[in-house]
Amino acid sequence: VSDGGRGSSPVQAAAALGYSKSEIMIAASARLLGGVTNCFVGVGLPNIVCNLAQRTVAPSLQLVYESGVFGARPERLPLSIGDPTLATGSTAVTSMFELFAFYLQAGLIDVAFLGGAQIDRFGNLNTTVIGDYADPKVRLPGSGGACEIAIHAKQILVIMRQAQRSFVERIDFRTSPGHSGDPAHDAARGWNGSGPTAVVTDLGTYGFDARTGEMTLATLHPGVALTDVRASMGWEPKVASDLGETPPPTAEESRLIRDELDPGGVYTK
Amino acid sequence: VVAGVSGVSKVTTMQDAVREFVHDGDTVAIEGFTHLICFAAGHEIIRQKRRDLTLARMTPDVVYDQMIGAGVASKLIFSWMGNPGVGNLHAVRRRIEKADPEPLAIEEYSHFGMVCRYMAGAANLPFFPIRSYYESDIPRVNPKIVPMASPYDADDEVYVVPPLKPDVAIVHAQRADAGGDTQIWGLLGCQKEVAFAAEKVIVVVEEVVDETTIRQDPNRTLIPGVVVDAVVEEPFACHPSFAQGYYDRDNAFYLEWDRIAKDQATLDAWLDEWVYALANHREYVEKFGDAQWDGLRPEPAMSGEVDYGRYA
Repeated sequence: VSDGGRGSSPVQAAAALGYSKSEIMIAASARLLGGVTNCFVGVGLPNIVCNLAQRTVAPSLQLVYESGVFGARPERLPLSIGDPTLATGSTAVTSMFELFAFYLQAGLIDVAFLGGAQIDRFGNLNTTVIGDYADPKVRLPGSGGACEIAIHAKQILVIMRQAQRSFVERIDFRTSPGHSGDPAHDAARGWNGSGPTAVVTDLGTYGFDARTGEMTLATLHPGVALTDVRASMGWEPKVASDLGETPPPTAEESRLIRDELDPGGVYTK
Repeated sequence: VVAGVSGVSKVTTMQDAVREFVHDGDTVAIEGFTHLICFAAGHEIIRQKRRDLTLARMTPDVVYDQMIGAGVASKLIFSWMGNPGVGNLHAVRRRIEKADPEPLAIEEYSHFGMVCRYMAGAANLPFFPIRSYYESDIPRVNPKIVPMASPYDADDEVYVVPPLKPDVAIVHAQRADAGGDTQIWGLLGCQKEVAFAAEKVIVVVEEVVDETTIRQDPNRTLIPGVVVDAVVEEPFACHPSFAQGYYDRDNAFYLEWDRIAKDQATLDAWLDEWVYALANHREYVEKFGDAQWDGLRPEPAMSGEVDYGRYA
């Protein structure tokens, strides 16, 4: 599960607007969870996103962690997806087999967050290797649960910072399948999941075209230009005809992030 | 100490357990998903200079970086490698990316695949079917992950993974009796599955307790003594990982390891100071001092009691 690109970005110009790039990524992602019940969480930004959503648009959100926790109520910001604060006070601690088989594979998970070192225009993700598998330039962590999560969670949300090296024309290794580029093929897969439905970056938000399965720029964050987006990805992005602006974090969202969810600014500077 | 169901005490020291059950060339699994990772066993294996091990583990993290950096292993079977919440495993990466100082063979799965390899091993099955790996490159680089049509519906394709039966599993737990009847709470990882799958099982606990304590709450018993070969009482053996209710993760150490492991020379110096120069884990605990351990102790959060009823 993604760490949401923790630690990979500098403190940025959005500060002039009264919020950080991480904060607008968190707020924009949390709003996507409206009405969602069972959400597979990753550590870092996704964890803050889910906790913000629980306090705003999704009060009945159940936080599910691949470590075997259903319905976590963490009293502190977890340091990893296996933090002891996730077990204490949760609805259920299950075996990992049950979590993957009964909850994920059986189709109980509505939304999951994933990320990676590389993503392509169809939302395929690489968390395995940069370069050749047998002779890697950079050996990455591997799948973890991401491969099966990508297949079984009904929707996949991706939180990643944009860069030429991560938003690439061709990923080096397909760890977790996204859309194939052939919608008829995707419809015939018979998977629980319908693949990636949104990507939230430090520059904007994307949906996926229902006809082509291709990532499509939906909104730009305030102060970001289309040229900034083009300069930080490896393909010419599709842009929605009604391209809008991402609403900035509300005062309440900012207060919750700063005062309750990440008071130390570990993830949100 | 009162013995377990079998009436025979299996309590021994870490030195003797590793000496007796972990041999050069073995497949060894020290499991634990972030929780209950037996670092003390890894250190003893390093200290006894085992070689050519195949290390299995869903999530190779700092303890496997230490062991692989120390040269005990020639192969790694896994589903996610990293320093959780911090970053990379530098010693493992040096060996995979640069064969520095020597190559490390790898065999990789996803988490669900690894869980089901242990399930197949524990249940004496020839393979385990799962719905994963579709349109992923993972089966392309691991020929042991095989597509198979359902015998009941030729259009329904699953992938199967082979059983994993380690020669030795080392499982940390909160408590066990002297016969090895073992209770765990908090995140369960694959402690139960790997114990039933392995040929030999070393259980390491924070506390050895009386059989009565186990029998008062049998639902909490994950591993029965019948599959356990040795019981080692070793408080704080999971450090820097945690034991739910006993001590927290020492996050400062995970961050520090990132610095230590970046260079083989600093890694070697750390091994010299914290493993080779010490006779056992008790000396490691004493070297840190009481303030360290007091700082990691959580406030209590007791479970409520349940009434099993007495049916005499």
